Amino acid sequence: MSDIAATVASAAPEAADDDGIVKKKKVGVFFWIFAGWVALVVLASILAPLLGLQDPNNANFDAINQGPTTAHLLGTDDLGRDILSRVIYGARVSLIVGFGAMTIGMIFGGTLGMVAAYRRGAVDSFVSAVSYVMLAFPALVAVIAIVAFWGHDIWKITIIVGIASIPLVYRVVRAATLSYATREFVTAAKSQGATDIRILTRELLPNVLPAIISFFLIGVASVIILEGALAFLGLSVQPPTASWGNMISESRTYLSQNPWLALFPSLAMFLFLIALNLIGDSLRQVLDVQDSKL
Amino acid sequence: MSGELVVDEGFPTEEETQGLLLKVTDLKTSFATPRGRVRAVDGVSLELGRGETLGIVGESGSGKTVLSRSIMGLLPRRTTTQSGSIVFDGTEIVGAEDKTLRTLWGAKIAMVFQDPMTSLNPVVRIERQITESLRLHTSMDKAEAKATAISLLGQVGIPSPTERVRNYPHQLSGGMRQRVTIAIALACSPRLLLADEPTTGLDVTVQAQILDLLSSLQQERHMAVILVTHDLGVVATRTDKIAVMYAGRIVETTTTRRLFADMAMPYTKALLNSTPRISDPSHTRLTAIDGRPPDLINPPPGCAFAPRCESATDQCRTEAPPLRPAPSDPTHLFACWNPLPGGTAGRVTTLEESP
Repeated sequence: MSDIAATVASAAPEAADDDGIVKKKKVGVFFWIFAGWVALVVLASILAPLLGLQDPNNANFDAINQGPTTAHLLGTDDLGRDILSRVIYGARVSLIVGFGAMTIGMIFGGTLGMVAAYRRGAVDSFVSAVSYVMLAFPALVAVIAIVAFWGHDIWKITIIVGIASIPLVYRVVRAATLSYATREFVTAAKSQGATDIRILTRELLPNVLPAIISFFLIGVASVIILEGALAFLGLSVQPPTASWGNMISESRTYLSQNPWLALFPSLAMFLFLIALNLIGDSLRQVLDVQDSKL
Repeated sequence: MSGELVVDEGFPTEEETQGLLLKVTDLKTSFATPRGRVRAVDGVSLELGRGETLGIVGESGSGKTVLSRSIMGLLPRRTTTQSGSIVFDGTEIVGAEDKTLRTLWGAKIAMVFQDPMTSLNPVVRIERQITESLRLHTSMDKAEAKATAISLLGQVGIPSPTERVRNYPHQLSGGMRQRVTIAIALACSPRLLLADEPTTGLDVTVQAQILDLLSSLQQERHMAVILVTHDLGVVATRTDKIAVMYAGRIVETTTTRRLFADMAMPYTKALLNSTPRISDPSHTRLTAIDGRPPDLINPPPGCAFAPRCESATDQCRTEAPPLRPAPSDPTHLFACWNPLPGGTAGRVTTLEESP
């Protein structure tokens, strides 16, 4: 990680002000606010059992469909369950599917993309053709079909969505690698006796890493939306386990009586997704300037 | 030159300094393109002794870069067809597997590329770019490799190498970057250094510094150098032998001294005439060679230079001249039916005399 941090630091664009003093351009205050929010959500969902929350599945029929109160900060649902607790536990589902699926996509799609762009030829043609076939399939329909047959287990969903993301990651990583694979420094590394694996990992990977990182974050956001859609259709984790998607789905019935029920999971999802997208975008902007400097 | 080189395993012993290092025989390299087969190198033979310097001179598209990459074995496999033979230090390069070549690359043959802006990895520190091949080819550990990297940077004349080694390429000037690429190439003390227009991307004052640096490092290490350039001024004072290339062939080759004293090819003369001279008054129009180099997909019959040559005859246009020795000196080879009269001397403005 220190290498990435160093790359970020060295690659930060420098802008001279009127005094001729070069200041390193920072990522900006919004970046840190959103990064803080993402960190908060991730930490809260990991540490959920230690936070002293009420049991997310504990029904309390004395307090149903309440708005925010001191006892239940975000209110309760139709079974009197604590919404704050359910939103935090529900984040676990979104995060596991989001980060898990994109990690699968990155490992396979990223590796294939880099190898195809570096080797070209038959390998590239074949893998690219397969990726086009996969992309021609509407991802949501394919995922729904497979989930319906295979099951609603969170890990199964992660794997299926992960596989569905491979061709997308493959295209992005392949394109990013392609622009570096033909550069002279690759030939120069080869002329020093570097092996193909070394060229891929030590010469090309640091160059495509910025693109990979920002696409990873934006990809996580897309996968969370996809999981939300599956949950809304009742094809993700099954009740009573909370997920943002199935909370929104369940809230439909009570929308007129208790709009809070729909608001909080939607807000959590919305803010988390916008934060991921903005972080991904800021990172891309900061990391991408290396080229213009050369 | 500050700092001592830590690595000495690569330095040649007494016996190793004798004899031929590189022998190229009838090398033909061609590329498949949508328009047809480009014969970029068409029957080149040359020899290079240990510690010698050969200058390869020719205009753009004469095949000199392809020749140097062929010697390295660095051309893309799928589109390249090669025949002939390149024997480097007992190893055949033509048709060799990457696995074989990897034991030579960096360790025995190294290359300095034309443009230091693109031949360094923009996101990797100078240190790791130098230590990479040291760790690969020698048994050095991390600390030793780093110490060697710093000492190499000192040897190529980079001030405060201890700090510079932490820099990224974009933090260095063009001249400094080319010094870094030279340090990388020299890291494992290769026997042969191929410098493909190493100064083209640099301004004139820096060019002379870089070339002097190459010469002095070469003498220190008894390393053979092939200097590829389009500028006769660059090779005039820094090479033992010169090969002039045109349309993928060597058209004249001899010792540097003899070439400038008694050149036979009208092309060599024309190339020389098109370098600016310090004695010319300001705003003198540069002499250019009229016309363009021939199409290497369908080369013309006869001498490839005939369409642009002042002394071309009908024989030149129909019959290709063989590379033959000059009557006065069997080591002076040229390919011309109507060589320049004996004693045609060339005078060239070398970089030192440039303003």
